[in-house]
Amino acid sequence: MATELKMPALSPTMEEGTLAKWLVKPGDTVRSGDILAEIETDKATMEFEAVDEGTVGEILVAEGSDNVKVGTVIATIIGDGESAAPKAAPAAPPVAAAEPVKAPPVAAPAPVLTPAATSDFDGETVRLTVREALRDGMAEEMRADPRVFVMGEEVAEYQGAYKVTQGLLEEFGAKRVIDTPITEYGFAGIGTGAAMGGLRPIVEFMTFNFAMQAIDHIINSAAKTNYMSGGQMRCPIVFRGPNGAASRVGAQHSQNYAPWYASVPGLVVIAPYDAADAKGLMKAAIRSEDPVVFLENELVYGRSFDVPAGEHIVPIGKARTMRPGKDVTIVSYSIGVGVALEAAEQLAGEGIDAEVIDLRTLRPLDKGAILESLSRTNRLVIAEEGWPTCSIASEIMAIAMEDGFDYLDAPVARVTNVDVPLPYANNLEKLALITTAGVVEAVRKVCYRA
Amino acid sequence: MNDSRRSNRPPLSLHIPEPPARPGEEADFSDIQVLPAGVTPRPDSSAEPHSMRDLAFGLVRVLDDDGQAVGPWNPRLSADAMRAILRNMALTRAFDDRMFRAQRQGKTSFYMKCTGEEAVAVAQAHALDREDMCFPSYRQQGILIARGHPLVGMMNQIYSNKGDALKGRQLPIMYSSPEYGFFTVSGNLTTQLPQAVGWAMASASKGDSRIAAAWCGEGSTAEGDFHAAMTFATVYRAPVIFNVVNNQWAISSFAGFAGGEATTFAARAIGYGIAGLRVDGNDALAVYAATAWAAERARTNNGPTLIEHFTYRAEGHSTSDDPSAYRSAEERVKWPLGDPIVRLKAHLVAIGEWDDARHAAMDLEVAESVKAAQKEAEKNGILGHGMHQPFETMFEDVFEEMPPHLKEQQAQMLAERMRKWPDGSQGPR
Repeated sequence: MATELKMPALSPTMEEGTLAKWLVKPGDTVRSGDILAEIETDKATMEFEAVDEGTVGEILVAEGSDNVKVGTVIATIIGDGESAAPKAAPAAPPVAAAEPVKAPPVAAPAPVLTPAATSDFDGETVRLTVREALRDGMAEEMRADPRVFVMGEEVAEYQGAYKVTQGLLEEFGAKRVIDTPITEYGFAGIGTGAAMGGLRPIVEFMTFNFAMQAIDHIINSAAKTNYMSGGQMRCPIVFRGPNGAASRVGAQHSQNYAPWYASVPGLVVIAPYDAADAKGLMKAAIRSEDPVVFLENELVYGRSFDVPAGEHIVPIGKARTMRPGKDVTIVSYSIGVGVALEAAEQLAGEGIDAEVIDLRTLRPLDKGAILESLSRTNRLVIAEEGWPTCSIASEIMAIAMEDGFDYLDAPVARVTNVDVPLPYANNLEKLALITTAGVVEAVRKVCYRA
Repeated sequence: MNDSRRSNRPPLSLHIPEPPARPGEEADFSDIQVLPAGVTPRPDSSAEPHSMRDLAFGLVRVLDDDGQAVGPWNPRLSADAMRAILRNMALTRAFDDRMFRAQRQGKTSFYMKCTGEEAVAVAQAHALDREDMCFPSYRQQGILIARGHPLVGMMNQIYSNKGDALKGRQLPIMYSSPEYGFFTVSGNLTTQLPQAVGWAMASASKGDSRIAAAWCGEGSTAEGDFHAAMTFATVYRAPVIFNVVNNQWAISSFAGFAGGEATTFAARAIGYGIAGLRVDGNDALAVYAATAWAAERARTNNGPTLIEHFTYRAEGHSTSDDPSAYRSAEERVKWPLGDPIVRLKAHLVAIGEWDDARHAAMDLEVAESVKAAQKEAEKNGILGHGMHQPFETMFEDVFEEMPPHLKEQQAQMLAERMRKWPDGSQGPR
């Protein structure tokens, strides 16, 4: 019996990849450790090795195929002693290279999770991943303003650890796309000084988990330059990178710092969800005279959305209604917006019409948008991929108490991660993170439908 | 206590650095090797760092014991230039004395003197270009004074009065003056070093001709920031001068707690491949010459320099500190490198360009000008007179544009004050 070779997950967050090249053909004998194929993920090209000895049976996905889902059967291997197969193999022609199999027979590709949201723009759009949108936003601003440059670990030659700076080195050169020594503290300070010196730095943190040692420059220097100098000096800088839980990267690499930065006067804190906002807010952040902490999300980088073609700027400090509704308001930001939209979809089937608001900017917070929605729905749930204590959710609940008490028909509910360091094990990690089911349940509760 | 299984091994002992003298003991500077003036060679300002490693262990000195300026580092300044440095050092000392007393009189909450270290900031300000950007620590008021910043403005900041350009937001002496190329003093030690490197890299990237200079104490070279700054400066050959002011004491921790027993602070440069100079910090001409050398090096794209200014903090760390509790009171007078003002004065006298009478007249003149400035500043109020900043300014300059929640708070506060004081006076300020 033939062994099925499946498209491997070569990184914790890989959902699909390109089968770049086959290095074997049907009938070839392979041994454990032989390289069978080259596979491109969103981050790198990797070699796919044979585990067992045998003979290559069929190639089911031709080289050059894009978007091959993890788990798709891409070939078969016939083990020793299964004599019939090697003879049969040459007779069974491989899938023609000219017609790459886009949809392999065994696994119909499930669409990457990008719940629908109402569009807040008209006109022509292009389909972009969040990763591309961020890059385009930076590139457009770099073209328009020679003061803008990018610095960080691996941003130049390697194109970014998460490929967000793809193509920037080639277009702008090594003086504007700068690889740095490995010291977040160091380059946060360098960037802060360069901003004071009249440039507009974009500092990439490989992830915000590593920015903890840089937080002194962000909070004690960048955020206070304007105020402490009596308004004489500015520090226009963007600190950006992925934030929040990724996928099985453990407790030290899975934290949401949004509430930390959002508590600091003088900082603008942005956490977009979809590609249009990622681009539009990135451009606004670069143009801002204030220091900006721009929180991205690794799990969202690969999701595709419609983005207005051409110039697109999103104002800082304005929330967005992702889905209108009349029964309950679900407020969220970043990856939580996707969860909230899924929950709203499910709730619609139960006859609950949920409004979903994406905060987009966490400081300054669009209090007015939250209260306006609450005044119509009278019920509020906050969905946040982060810890509950002293969270953005806590802040919104306080706002609801102070300024929205009379609108409330039920206590406000928050749905957050469990209050523990994020475990590595897949089952525990799933349990610790926010889920659609959790949001659905909270909504039922505030609507007294539970 | 000892693990019996390892009892054959000699016990380890922990080394805790201890300064040579504590209160009541005789000051002991016998460990300090004072090289004669003029013996330390002066390489070309484009020399490779590896060719000048000995300079990190030497001591650049120009003024000898007879008041003569000698050796290859003699900057050969005109008498006028030297008199200007002398006056700015004397003015700085007079300013410090007056403001220290103002603190003791309750006119401000805090002050920091730079007595004994005046040559570092003042001679350096003379050696740098007026347009170069300074990222000082908290004891370089001499830069502002040498660059001609009005004394009244500095005092307004110290008094946090209605003339304070910083609107009552900063601790006294944490000046900020872009106009005078003087970056906001940071209360968090050494953050200004990587920022200076970033500023310098920006200047180089823009093709500008201005360089950056940064100061920190020997104690704060232990901060991670110092090492990050050195790494970036060497990697990108940033046009920057690092000044480590080794005044022997970080509050009550002597230089040994920052690694001073094992090597010099100038030698920190060697590991990074940066030019390192160790300079007699109480010799204004040596400080001037070393700074001019480093500035030329930076300006010609030959990279950064680390200068250790070997000096002595003659007074307490701040008005909150009493050094007699942790060091010998004799140290100040026994410091082997003397006093920077006395030494430059002696040189000018020795070459016939100065005399005691003119010096006494200058001392009087600078003391009078400080006194006059103080009177002027006190018209704007002192700390003890209550609050001086308009309340509504508290919400300004947090962001470029005031966000709605701050506008709301500002309006709410003003409305409350209007209710309490309907005459519009807003009550006591």
